[in-house]
Amino acid sequence: MAALARLLTPDRVAIGDVITVRLLVQHGMESGYRQDMDGKLIPRNVIRLLRCEFGGVEVFRVEPSSGISASPYFEFSLRVAQAGHWLVQWEDDAGVRGELRQPMPLV
Amino acid sequence: MQPARPWLLLLVLLCLLSAVRVGVAQERLLPLAEVRSGLHFAGADVKALQHDVQANPAQLWLAQGRSLWQAPAGPAQASCSSCHGDPARMQGVATQFPRIHAATGLLFNLEDQIRHCASQRQGSGPPAFESDALLALTALVTQASNGMPVRSLGSSKGSDPAGSAALQQHLLAGAALFQRRQGQLNLGCTHCHDRNWGRRFFTDVLSQGHPNGYPLYRLEWQALGSLERRLRSCHVGIRAEPPPYGDLALRQLALYLNWRADGLAIELPAVRK
Repeated sequence: MAALARLLTPDRVAIGDVITVRLLVQHGMESGYRQDMDGKLIPRNVIRLLRCEFGGVEVFRVEPSSGISASPYFEFSLRVAQAGHWLVQWEDDAGVRGELRQPMPLV
Repeated sequence: MQPARPWLLLLVLLCLLSAVRVGVAQERLLPLAEVRSGLHFAGADVKALQHDVQANPAQLWLAQGRSLWQAPAGPAQASCSSCHGDPARMQGVATQFPRIHAATGLLFNLEDQIRHCASQRQGSGPPAFESDALLALTALVTQASNGMPVRSLGSSKGSDPAGSAALQQHLLAGAALFQRRQGQLNLGCTHCHDRNWGRRFFTDVLSQGHPNGYPLYRLEWQALGSLERRLRSCHVGIRAEPPPYGDLALRQLALYLNWRADGLAIELPAVRK
């Protein structure tokens, strides 16, 4: 399944605004502590690193661990200094990478 | 022979007919006026998560469903949209299931129909039960019926009398399953969801067990899941053996649940604990 994410910013953003950015990533975040039906441990598979760039500048970076639930949700604030595109990239323990590119038009 | 006999026969027939009708009509253990969506019994945080358009994790599956809808698949290179057009045109479709599939005579739920479509029209292998792809498409099609009442029996268009008679039989079977005590705890669905809804079961408030949000995001599963999965979980909860995916009993039960929740609005994307 293709890795998916949703990134939401306010509808009207102007330069200088402090905005709340909301990000939802589709991932099972397998903790590594659960067992399958045969009692064997299911190997850990969580997002190891997630980065958000806006306009080519890294604005948010997180290294989620096994304590984070599935479909992790992140929220952070950002002062908008320039127009630009969003780039969200992440990689999990299995080496699967995901990416989201999204423009953010300014008023 | 005697002139009185035909009258007697007619009387007996009338009595029999009315008895059958009472049997089919089913007594409502949960009055329609008291029907409440599962959301009514959810905590404030779960309600907030469901209503938050962005944070609601079921949106991820809906987004996946929208891209799958357009994607050509199989040797036929057909996509859902090449036959059905926009997903919005699926409005009302989800309310017709479970129903009798005309070609096979089997009781189909929406997942069965989508799998049938995938193998017949696209020529690809049907998506597995509970796979993200199947859940995503089921959620997308069901969402098109958002706000519409879950179906009550007999409103499906183009159903022939024989088909609806078969549907009645399935409904009765579903009703019987709902009442039946089973498992090590020796409980039936009715004992929680008809007789004790609204009361606490450990930390949870017992819901009425309505199917109007499925497939929904359950926090316990950390994923979207089908009604079939929920019903299987209920079996495990009462320490009964869950029927396998695709089992007729689960479809009959779903049919009865729709009848029982008559008039309740479909609410997707839903979140439950």
